[in-house]
Amino acid sequence: MKAAPRGDSIYDAVVTAFAIVIPALLLLIALSILIAAWPALSRFGLSFLTSSKWDVSASEFGAAPAIFGTIVSSAIALVLATPLALGVSIFLSEIAPKWLRQPVAFLVDLLAAIPSVVYGLWGIFVLIPLLRDPVAPFLRDTLGLGKTPLFSGPNYGYSMLAAGIILAIMILPFISAVTREVLMAVPRSQRDAALALGATRWEMIRDAVIPYARSGIIGGIILGLGRALGETMAVTMVIGNRPEISASLFAPGYTMASLIANQFSEATNDLHVSALMAVGAVLFGVTLIVNALARWLVWRVTRGSGR
Amino acid sequence: MSRRSRYAKSTVMLGVTYFAAALATLPLLLILIHLLKEGAAYIRPGFFTEMPKPVGEPGGGMANAIVGTLILVSVASAIGLPIGIGAGLYLAEHRGGRLATVVRFLSDVLNGLPSIVMGIFAWQFLVRPVGHFSALAGGMALGAMMIPLVTRTTEEMIHLVPTSLREAALALGYTRWRASLTVVLRTALPGIVTGALVAIARIAGETAPLLFTALGNQFWSTSLGQPIAALPLQIFAYAITPYDTAHGQAWAGALVLIFVVFVISVLARFATRSRFGLGTD
Repeated sequence: MKAAPRGDSIYDAVVTAFAIVIPALLLLIALSILIAAWPALSRFGLSFLTSSKWDVSASEFGAAPAIFGTIVSSAIALVLATPLALGVSIFLSEIAPKWLRQPVAFLVDLLAAIPSVVYGLWGIFVLIPLLRDPVAPFLRDTLGLGKTPLFSGPNYGYSMLAAGIILAIMILPFISAVTREVLMAVPRSQRDAALALGATRWEMIRDAVIPYARSGIIGGIILGLGRALGETMAVTMVIGNRPEISASLFAPGYTMASLIANQFSEATNDLHVSALMAVGAVLFGVTLIVNALARWLVWRVTRGSGR
Repeated sequence: MSRRSRYAKSTVMLGVTYFAAALATLPLLLILIHLLKEGAAYIRPGFFTEMPKPVGEPGGGMANAIVGTLILVSVASAIGLPIGIGAGLYLAEHRGGRLATVVRFLSDVLNGLPSIVMGIFAWQFLVRPVGHFSALAGGMALGAMMIPLVTRTTEEMIHLVPTSLREAALALGYTRWRASLTVVLRTALPGIVTGALVAIARIAGETAPLLFTALGNQFWSTSLGQPIAALPLQIFAYAITPYDTAHGQAWAGALVLIFVVFVISVLARFATRSRFGLGTD
């Protein structure tokens, strides 16, 4: 066999080097953050995850309020966004007249193009006043939910609920893009078979299309979760930034991302910086697991569809 | 269930999906309408040419932030595009390879990395050692965020190029690298441009990676070694002040940012559409 021309070996070396940049970069990120987080992690140990005391002046750092806030705000976002995303995807893949598909899909996709800081701006000046006035009194007094812990306490507008709603809007395009894709990957024969057996169109969707696409749909939802967990600016601007754990959706809180965004530039000493780095490490780890899970689930559905 | 009620239920449920579609497009319209309503009044020629006034005073513009964002995006593109396209070429040419599988997966992981984590990494790696904030650190953080986006679209676009084209070039005596760069990459170019535009649109609006790197700057600066202003940072800074005039500037800045991002996104969409003249075998 003849040796490869010189140009070819140079070309191979260059593209391989560029490809290796990606794993190298990730490794560098993981190592840098872990090293920077080490002083806080070694000092507080596992209690860093479980302690709910985040007191800068006393140099006591427990990430539990931020972890709690991240989970709750993301959960609100999923509860609100999932049915909507599923509905819109079913509409686009099964029901919409042809001329309506492109424009509706385009409008939903555009939501993903709006920068986070613009969502935050809208949240501060439109959503929060709305929550303060018609929404909170309506939920508490008109619906009588004010006595349940979920809706009690003072309401400043800046709250877990505001963060959850903004996040729901922000992750909607991501979930709907994936669910739309997996619904469209369901073979025509599944639909035809259901209809031939006398199913109505809704029964066809419920009994033939959705079960076939189920793991891909779950993948899309988890992908949305991954986005919600790490979303920073919009959440920082509306969540109220207070390191407390409260059962009320109207209470302000922190997420891991907003805690870093809000305190990092004012961090007073090395331990504070290190504690924020440790929060970043936890966030990194969690999103990594969530994203890997989502990719795997989507891949299971779409691999068979020849794409 | 009777036949009639089953069909009635079907009609209702299909109606619900119409409602979902309407509801899903509503936030976009609400946000755009509000942006226009609040921001349009502040858009005047001076907004693009003047420097910001001290917070609280009316008037002034965002000239420094607009130029800052252009500089940051340029630095990011200079890093993100070559690495992303190169890595995409590698992935496309080694489809089933072990390294390719690992790189493809890790590129998805990098894509899902929260932008604030990229921000603290860039601070730790680029700002802390030199002791001061800089435009270069901000641009590099954004560039790192571009890499996975560009890699994946490049790989996908190259897959769309018929193998026969590469084989034809090789049969004519082209070396592999020339076939890759002058035939395959050229054919896939419109699609790759689309991917690049989408990536640029996404990072142009990023704030979190810049908070602790580019930092923002009230003054005119185009130096890569100094802190630099950026539209998203300026919007954020104005939004959290208590002054109405600053809020107006924030809306105007957001309107400009959204306009740029949308124009790029629409351009990207058209570039993709013309791609389908390519042949699909």
